[in-house]
Amino acid sequence: MPMRELSIAAFAVVALASATSAQAQSPYGIGRSATPAEIAGWNIDVDRYGNNLPPGSGSVSHGHEVFDQQCAACHGAKGEGGVGDRLVGGQGTLATPKPVRTVGSYWPYAPTLFDYIRRAMPQNAPQSLSDDDVYAVSAYILNLNGLLPADATLDAKTLSAIKMPNRNMFVSDPRPDVKNPACMMGC
Amino acid sequence: MTDSADIDENTAATSRRRFLCKSGALVGGAVIAGGLAGSEALGASESADNLPPNVPEWMKTPGDPMGSQPYGTPSPFEKGVIKNIPKNLSQYLSASGRTPLQDLDGIITPSGLFYERHHAGVPTIDPAQHRLMLHGLVDKSLIFTMDDIRRFPSESRIHFLECSGNPSYKKPYGKTASDLVGLLSCAEWTGVSLKLVLQEAGLQAGAKWVVAEGADAAGLTRSIPIEKCLDDAMLVYSQNGERLRPQQGYPLRLLLPGFEGNMNVKWLRRLRVAAEPTYSREETSKYTDLMPDGSARDFTFYMEAKSIITRPSGGQRLSTPGFHEISGIAWSGHGKIRGVDVSVDDGKSWQEAQLQEPVLTRALTRFRLPWHWDGQPAVIQSRATDETGYVQPTLAELLAVRGENYYYHNNAIWPWRIAAGGEVTNANA
Repeated sequence: MPMRELSIAAFAVVALASATSAQAQSPYGIGRSATPAEIAGWNIDVDRYGNNLPPGSGSVSHGHEVFDQQCAACHGAKGEGGVGDRLVGGQGTLATPKPVRTVGSYWPYAPTLFDYIRRAMPQNAPQSLSDDDVYAVSAYILNLNGLLPADATLDAKTLSAIKMPNRNMFVSDPRPDVKNPACMMGC
Repeated sequence: MTDSADIDENTAATSRRRFLCKSGALVGGAVIAGGLAGSEALGASESADNLPPNVPEWMKTPGDPMGSQPYGTPSPFEKGVIKNIPKNLSQYLSASGRTPLQDLDGIITPSGLFYERHHAGVPTIDPAQHRLMLHGLVDKSLIFTMDDIRRFPSESRIHFLECSGNPSYKKPYGKTASDLVGLLSCAEWTGVSLKLVLQEAGLQAGAKWVVAEGADAAGLTRSIPIEKCLDDAMLVYSQNGERLRPQQGYPLRLLLPGFEGNMNVKWLRRLRVAAEPTYSREETSKYTDLMPDGSARDFTFYMEAKSIITRPSGGQRLSTPGFHEISGIAWSGHGKIRGVDVSVDDGKSWQEAQLQEPVLTRALTRFRLPWHWDGQPAVIQSRATDETGYVQPTLAELLAVRGENYYYHNNAIWPWRIAAGGEVTNANA
């Protein structure tokens, strides 16, 4: 091995060793510490259990108002779809030739609805809704799907407690699942 | 369409010819398509003024001076070679544009023709104001500037990138190679190994996933298993030698060689190390594969081995019987292409194509087969095998297991039908 490659390899080994033996020490000393406030401002991830859902709440009826103003133009007055995805219905269709994948028929976890609306909707002004409004719109969409009563109010606890109908229908990747015998002659 | 000797007539050549007519340029068909058998015949509307024994006009006057194009663009005669963008979509913020695979050679996709898929448009990001935050199950939460990222040891690798919905399992099927599998491109990527960046923060026990978030208006979020992050994942800032194009995630994107395109998060701004996936909208309600029984497969990361003949292919035309080289591309998310078989008799027999070096892991591999077309109707197709021994399946084999509603990860063999007149069409359409 030429000298230069050898020294590069040796450096790599040293760097790796220091990374594993003393994890708290940064091998290259690049970057600066992120403060808790900086992380809190950017980390809006909500997982399937509802971890990191913010304080606040919203009712189905208020969600109806917000939906009419902010969502209906693309998703339809009753979430039936348009330029934007259909949000409502389709339960019982997934195993048919024409499956209808909606929040009610397909989404496995309700907290994902809050996560997605807050980060990405409405499409023309994402991250413009208050947390209360996001809870309210989430409540209304769940209500349209028959998953929440009309007089309900959602907060972190009640949203996390909702069990979506399609939750247990997801399976892990079994591929390779298709085999081609690779015939060469007389196929 | 003229009666010229273009070997492969296609839409791009047609639009180039329109340009020629408009501009009054006088060029023989051989110049447009590259000469093969009989290439010196002329179209009815074309002049021989620039052909032997005459001296062509572009030799009789100086050309454009240095500096005419501070950033070079293709010849105006190639103006038809552009991204294949669907017409009449209801909206173009969450949409895709395809690479014109049938017009390209080799394995590297020019950056301007690289396929695009965005979920909320293309943001314009000032790199001086862009930050990457790394937090979660790490010893030290960190924030990096772009200058910081570029200080890390760099590496360059050639990898393909493919959208998982490329194409659908349902009719109508596309007409051209681009229509079918144009959500596929390949580039040389430069950046830093994600492993090095994660080691900088120090992974804690229980770190099993990394949740990546883009700085676009979708805040697009996907979860990546830690094994991939510590293997060949990269944080990429350059593509084909220059900084990423905005459509490809400028100034920083994630690259997960062999994984479905959507996971290669563009405009990357945050990495959260976690014990579990985040179960984002994109990895639950989208990018999951619906089976005939109503169940759905989730976290289906790998793009399996696939190939397609790009020349001759749908929309092109063989103008004459005789010699034609069959050429195409093969790729696998699981590693290198081991071989490509080609059939020219509707799948009755197959022969091994020649692989063009370099054959790289998780990169496009160009294959070729010399062929004499006898002028009779024919069906041609290619079948890739990767280094794991996996063989690219037929559409029928895929449909038998997955059904029509699976939508993603269609890696079927795609046959082209050649008519007696030389027209090439999709044999499955």
